[in-house]
Amino acid sequence: MRIAAPMLAFGLLAAPPALAQAPDAALLAGSCQGCHGATGEGGHGIPSIKQQQTRAEFVAAMRAFRANERPSTVMGRITRGYTDAEIAALAVHFGKPE
Amino acid sequence: MTLARRSLLAAAPALAAATLAAPRAARAQAGAGRVVILGGGFGGASAARFARDRFPQLDITLIERSRTFTTCPYGNLVLAGRRDMASITFGYERLAARGVRVVHQAAVAVDAGAKRVRLADGAQVPYDKLIVSPGIDLRWGAIEGYDEAASARMPHGWVPSLQPISVLAAQLRAMRDGGVFVMAIPDNPFRCPPGPYERISMVAEYLKRHKPRSKIIALDAKNGFSKQPLFQDAWAELYPGMVEWRGASNDGRVVRVRPAEMEVETEFGDRVKGDVINVIPPQMAASIAREAGLAAASGWCPIRPTTFESAQVPDVYVLGDATVAAPMPKSGFAASSHAKHAVACIAASLAGRPTPPAVFFNTCYSHVGDDYGISIVGVFRGTPERIVEVEGSGGISPRNEALGARARDFRKLEALYADGWYDAITNEMFG
Repeated sequence: MRIAAPMLAFGLLAAPPALAQAPDAALLAGSCQGCHGATGEGGHGIPSIKQQQTRAEFVAAMRAFRANERPSTVMGRITRGYTDAEIAALAVHFGKPE
Repeated sequence: MTLARRSLLAAAPALAAATLAAPRAARAQAGAGRVVILGGGFGGASAARFARDRFPQLDITLIERSRTFTTCPYGNLVLAGRRDMASITFGYERLAARGVRVVHQAAVAVDAGAKRVRLADGAQVPYDKLIVSPGIDLRWGAIEGYDEAASARMPHGWVPSLQPISVLAAQLRAMRDGGVFVMAIPDNPFRCPPGPYERISMVAEYLKRHKPRSKIIALDAKNGFSKQPLFQDAWAELYPGMVEWRGASNDGRVVRVRPAEMEVETEFGDRVKGDVINVIPPQMAASIAREAGLAAASGWCPIRPTTFESAQVPDVYVLGDATVAAPMPKSGFAASSHAKHAVACIAASLAGRPTPPAVFFNTCYSHVGDDYGISIVGVFRGTPERIVEVEGSGGISPRNEALGARARDFRKLEALYADGWYDAITNEMFG
């Protein structure tokens, strides 16, 4: 994944140094599943995130939430807590198979 | 994990991936083990489901005395008349069908030396790793006069297994129009930090509709609370003149109750009478955890922030409200987040693999009125010393004044998403 310089800087700042270890996608996905459902299927107006987007689209969407460029209720507040590497891992987990 | 290993992983993520992709049979053999879970609430049920789905090599036993679980979340909606008890009560049949051994017995003791749990019927259940997700006990007597007998007259409605919310709901239904609903709210830490204030809101919604001349007096042992500006905005907008909240510096701390007189007394001697009195007393980790030596002098259980293993007893992992996990709140979502991480750490430990990075998550929605929801979000990381909230992330939803024309839609969406959260997380545990 190519990451624009400003976002990379943001990601690095947001990541404590102890986080050098590779993200555990299935574990991270547990946070998403609390609202989006066990498979990401959504419901009650909460959108499905189960293979709805390509990995690149997923990453772009999360980055737009993070930058407040895409309106949201909670997703902006949530995405600002995750690093680029974690979002990339989640994109592989939830995105369309490639 | 050794430092050398850590830097090796840091330098070569591809190597880490290759390690994880080792043949399944080899892993299963190396990582097999007996995991016993005490308590089938948000922590325990989430742990059982996650372990069963993700780690087939683990043998999972869930020990829970009750055949059903009534959630604390959405109990306040029963007060409002929006939900009934059946809609917030779940069974363990699906978890059992998925391959979790569900044992409906009370656990009476943990023998950490012999690594086994003793059940009420005398059976001994051996474990390699134990998960304790016990929930809370109420500190009877911490407020003078507030014991179990008093709670029949002045319900707490805070621990569904001790007293269903329907007891408080019945008193609210029977209250006269023009009556006073009094609440006593504890100091931190306690289960569900926004819960008392959602309760104020849901009681107000009911009163506004059915008994509009009534009042709510909330006496609080602290000076501020979760999502405070959002709650207070909503009370002013939706229930003007109905809610009086008094913090500690305004003599809000209740120190004594007199159930026979239906009266509570504050720190500086103010006596407040109510037609219905809801006392939420101070709390501590449930007895099984305290008796197992998992709790500190505070009554809560310290954990290692990178794994949720007990800081006091090896091979025992503690989850949820019983833990010392601040700045994470004592919430169902937080317990579910602890659960998944602890299970992954247990699987890693049994397989001799490094502990996964500790990332935790919480969202707490509150209903405050019709089509009116608010939220608080947090993303957290476990370091060896403590849990830290990721700077710049999380926080509460914006206030209406900041949202302007979007405010109504925003509140409506948060109410809708709250219902989505409830369905998703309960389905994940019990579906």
